[in-house]
Amino acid sequence: MESLLFTVYALATCGAALGVVLSQNVARMAFWLVVSLGCVAGLFFMLNADFVGATQLLIYVGGTVVLLIFGVMLTASGPFNTIKSEPAEMIQAGVIGIALLAILIPTVTSVDWVGNRDTLSHAGVKSPSGEFNQQGEGGTSRHIGAALLGVRVDQADASAPSEAAEAHEHHDADHDHGHEHAHGEEAHSHAGHDHAHAEVSETNQASGYLLPFEIISVHLLVVLIGASYLARAKRRVEQPTS
Amino acid sequence: MTPVLAASTLTDWIDAQGISWLPEWGPVVLAAVVHVILLLTFFGLPAGIFIWAERKVSARIQDRLGPTRVGGRFGWLQSLADGIKLLQKEDLAPADADKFLFRLAPYIVIVAAFSAFMFLPFSNGWTAVAMDCGLFVALAVLSMEVLGVVIAGYSSGSKWSLFGGMREAAQMVSYEVPLGLTAVIPVVVAGTMNLNDIGNMQQGWVYNWFVFQNPFTFLAFFVFFVATLASNKRAPFDLAEAESELVAGFITEYSGFRWSIFFLGEYAAMFFVSALGVVLFLGGWWTGIAPLDKWFVSIGESCWMGDYIVRVIGMKIFLVKSAILVCVQIWVRWTLPRLRIDQVMTTCLKYLVPIACFLFLGVVLYPLILVTVLGRTTLLPGSGVAMGERVPVPVVEASDFHTDPGDVAAETVAAPQEGEH
Repeated sequence: MESLLFTVYALATCGAALGVVLSQNVARMAFWLVVSLGCVAGLFFMLNADFVGATQLLIYVGGTVVLLIFGVMLTASGPFNTIKSEPAEMIQAGVIGIALLAILIPTVTSVDWVGNRDTLSHAGVKSPSGEFNQQGEGGTSRHIGAALLGVRVDQADASAPSEAAEAHEHHDADHDHGHEHAHGEEAHSHAGHDHAHAEVSETNQASGYLLPFEIISVHLLVVLIGASYLARAKRRVEQPTS
Repeated sequence: MTPVLAASTLTDWIDAQGISWLPEWGPVVLAAVVHVILLLTFFGLPAGIFIWAERKVSARIQDRLGPTRVGGRFGWLQSLADGIKLLQKEDLAPADADKFLFRLAPYIVIVAAFSAFMFLPFSNGWTAVAMDCGLFVALAVLSMEVLGVVIAGYSSGSKWSLFGGMREAAQMVSYEVPLGLTAVIPVVVAGTMNLNDIGNMQQGWVYNWFVFQNPFTFLAFFVFFVATLASNKRAPFDLAEAESELVAGFITEYSGFRWSIFFLGEYAAMFFVSALGVVLFLGGWWTGIAPLDKWFVSIGESCWMGDYIVRVIGMKIFLVKSAILVCVQIWVRWTLPRLRIDQVMTTCLKYLVPIACFLFLGVVLYPLILVTVLGRTTLLPGSGVAMGERVPVPVVEASDFHTDPGDVAAETVAAPQEGEH
């Protein structure tokens, strides 16, 4: 059931992405982009990463794409903007796309999916067959908040230290992954885990994400102010006539 | 027998019946179908009723009678008659339009409005998708509605529509900021984004409702209400439609069923934001009279089907409160003059956003200042513990956070769970 739905969403994502590339009308491209990003959000929801899914919807679908269409509407010269690609551009884009794929495929295959699944099923998120726990649906925000303050529940699993370390690496690269781990703690916390947690979090106490997060947001604010400064209507300074 | 809707989830209940011929995925699919049918009812029915109510209320405000003939005395079948009439009309698309996007735009609007209902708790525990970040997802989904409007405006191939769409985009992108900021204020008070938990925290006397929690939440409710008016394109912010200068704005070129879909989406979204305001600020499904609430809870625990009955009563209270808010929206629309687009933007960017930021800071600092001055975190009678320190359902065991006693998280989670929770 889950894998069927996952396939549907994944295919819809890919199909809509193809639509973005192949359609020549800018507004239609934006629409296909919305479909594609929305399906990615659906994939996040299916993977129990509800916070990331919601963020995806709010920021990309609700924010970025609307601004994109807004920009198209404001800047369009004709009624419907179309983009026709030159053959050379298509070759360039194809080469870049294939290069990206060549990076992504080794990345995906290098992850120890079986080991991760065992960790997750041990933590109670997934059943050993790989299906998600129904009860584990939708409980990640508290863990994300705790992680911002430096309490990482996903690193408390002492049963598989090597896998936990590996999970740590992946967590930095891939947020979604961390959520699944966070779920494990929520859905199923067993005795003996508190010990491990105390040890882990002593070392981790200082590694809250709040400060980096704030720095990024201040950075974005600076960028915004700078952009509006650059884009503002320039008034010519009156030359003193003498 | 377990009452159906009092089961923790419908899926579990169907599972527990042990129906042998159901396949493994049967319970999930059945539960989903039931949820969808219920939600469609709550999506379509209030929308139809509010369209009728709008016509009646506007007529009364303008000293007219409004619909009187269809369906007996008050013309209460007028919406249905209009729907049938609109179904029969020709489905036109202008020759200049981008036909594919033009046909698609109404569906984006209605899907966004409908999806938001999935996260709305209608009564204690009656929500299709119970999520820890329910409020966040609901706002995210609702914000997709603007996309349909913008695409409708752009693809119509008409100047009126294009202007309507552009105004809508500018207005929505700006008003989402105060809307989001004021929606976060009850979250700060409650300490959770789970809409069901937020609703449950407001049990008891009226002062337990988040509007009356402190002066900042009181003001926040009104800012929230204004922002929802704007996000629904309701007058005095109906610049996207702007009947007096843009014909009908983004729906100028639409006819028949697609036109009615836009209206269905708009009225459903009106109901949704009102319901969201009720859950966030106005006590959700609680009456606001403490003994009555206690009595309801005791019925729920004592008698057969009591749980179910109490939730039905809660849902009625909830629907009545939401309907009152919708009526206020209608009242505002037919009372206030419209704003110009620059006035709309000024209202948002120069007034509502700074006010919302100030209220947000205030609601964060208020308990801290009170605790240093008075030694308690709230002025309200009762235990002296502010709402945010009550954690209704601790998802993580408190022991997880005990590693550092000075930690903020430890304080929040380990705080005593008060009274009814």
